Amino acid sequence: MTSRAARSVNAPAPPGAALPDHPEFLWRNPDPRKHYSIVIVGGGGHGLATAHYLARRGVTDVAVLERGWMAGGNMARNTTIIRSNYLWDASAGIYEHALKLWEGLAEDLDYPILFSQRGVLNLDHTLQDVRDSRRRVEANRLNGVDADWVDAAGAKELCPVLNVSDDIRYPVLGGTYQPRAGIAKHDYVAWGFARSADAAGIDLIQNCEVTGIDIAGGTVTGVQTSRGPITADRVALIGAGHTPVLAEMAGFRVPVTSHPLQALVSELLEPVHPTVVMSNAVHVYVSQAHKGELVMGAGIDPYVGYGQRGAFHVIERQMSAAVELFPIFARAHVLRTWGGTVDTTPDASPVVGTTPVENLFLNCGWGTGGFKATPGIGHVMAELLETGKVPDLAADFGLDRFTSGRLVDEHGAAAVAH
Amino acid sequence: MMLIPCPECGPRDENEFSYGGQAHVPYPPDGGATASDEEWAEYVFYRDSPKGLMAERWVHSAGCRRWFNAVRDTVSYRFEAVYRPGEPRPHVQGAR
Ligand SMILES: Cc1cc2nc3c(=O)[nH]c(=O)nc-3n(C[C@H](O)[C@H](O)[C@H](O)COP(=O)(O)OP(=O)(O)OC[C@H]3O[C@@H](n4cnc5c(N)ncnc54)[C@H](O)[C@@H]3O)c2cc1C
Ligand SMILES: [Zn+2]
Repeated sequence: MTSRAARSVNAPAPPGAALPDHPEFLWRNPDPRKHYSIVIVGGGGHGLATAHYLARRGVTDVAVLERGWMAGGNMARNTTIIRSNYLWDASAGIYEHALKLWEGLAEDLDYPILFSQRGVLNLDHTLQDVRDSRRRVEANRLNGVDADWVDAAGAKELCPVLNVSDDIRYPVLGGTYQPRAGIAKHDYVAWGFARSADAAGIDLIQNCEVTGIDIAGGTVTGVQTSRGPITADRVALIGAGHTPVLAEMAGFRVPVTSHPLQALVSELLEPVHPTVVMSNAVHVYVSQAHKGELVMGAGIDPYVGYGQRGAFHVIERQMSAAVELFPIFARAHVLRTWGGTVDTTPDASPVVGTTPVENLFLNCGWGTGGFKATPGIGHVMAELLETGKVPDLAADFGLDRFTSGRLVDEHGAAAVAH
Repeated sequence: MMLIPCPECGPRDENEFSYGGQAHVPYPPDGGATASDEEWAEYVFYRDSPKGLMAERWVHSAGCRRWFNAVRDTVSYRFEAVYRPGEPRPHVQGAR
């Protein structure tokens, strides 16, 4: 590649100039040992973050088992939006914990993650949207989460290419704005966590599919894998879209269904979109990546699907909404579309904690919005796995809430219908 | 985009349909009068999400507007069978 140093200082920065070079190292690629103190099933962002924080706690007799390649699941497919402006106290607790960790993560990992606190604007299109949003802003503030409500003119100021005219089908009436929210470079986040866990001696094992969970007398004793059996004292299921399959192996059900979620990017463009804009009502969310692509996501496809693809009409609807909100996008070319498999729950909140099987722990159900939680939930899962006790920040997210009825209903703040 | 074989109208484009989730979910025993919290939780919140064949409900909202059941593969998205409400789930050849 051509040297960056050779470029004239006065030349305009080409798209991508803000990105660091790819790392020259990877992590070790060890064969699995016969036994680990802790086995983490799933090498996505959450599994890797859990490994990193376990290492920080001095716990390194740990393996992360990944059926494909590290962080190739939803971690590699998401639109990287980070915010903490959820409605309920339990959600504010975990997402704000994560946001605070994001703010120091590059230093902690000693690795660039391109965390860009460019703010997130969640649009309102009806009077009821406005009322719900203002309620959420007040709830956020009571929880110490930064939040403002802006009117249409305020939204336009934050994102000048936003169409705030009142003659569109769903006019913009305003929106909530969280200034500390933003985006990060998802691959770098995963690599940073992986590098840190690996350096501490944790085994990251790729091409290792968990095919069975061994249980004796109601207690987990290990896992069967495509690379042989592994025994463990504690096992964590952190398999995002595959949680229903993993839970079935362990003999219990989860109130989780897996759905396709699609996103796309445009060709590279000059910077036009300085913040992140989301609209729950018309179902599109947009940011401009560090390199210059417009990154856009939609709602989930309604059916259960593990195919990592969804239907074209979902993208079509999302694009018609995008073009109405951002008329200048009409000439942008779509470069690439893809899908992930997200694990959704009836109350749009995650499921974290213990399971009916002793020493078997669960982290799942983040649906369309778990990237933002990555450091926070990794930190919490590490404590849960080391101590065996559910940390306060996870207490409200147990499986028991579906029986007690104490739901954490975040459909209104989840921003993507699911 | 899936081509969905409506039992009344034949194969039609996916976007004419709405999804109704898992089929054959039984009401709690006694209509719920004596159901425990666990049984209510099962009925209200727990749905199958298999990786493979799934029996599920669809409605042809922009067509004949009738509900029907289908057995679909959740990996390939292929419809292996469709059948009318009240009919038993058909056996699908080569089912896993
Ligand atoms: C298109 C799209 C857009 C999104 N946008 C956002 C966003 O803007 N902001 C946000 O906060 N969130 C977003 N999300 C959601 C976010 O990506 C997920 O909530 C989050 O990645 C889930 O945690 P994870 O990273 O550990 O999951 P994953 O990266 O999916 O990790 C789970 C891993 O488990 C592995 N696994 C599964 N079964 C087994 C097995 N049997 N054996 C071994 N390994 C197994 C999988 O291969 C996978 O790598 C988006 C998701 C998608 C698909
Ligand atoms: Zn029909």
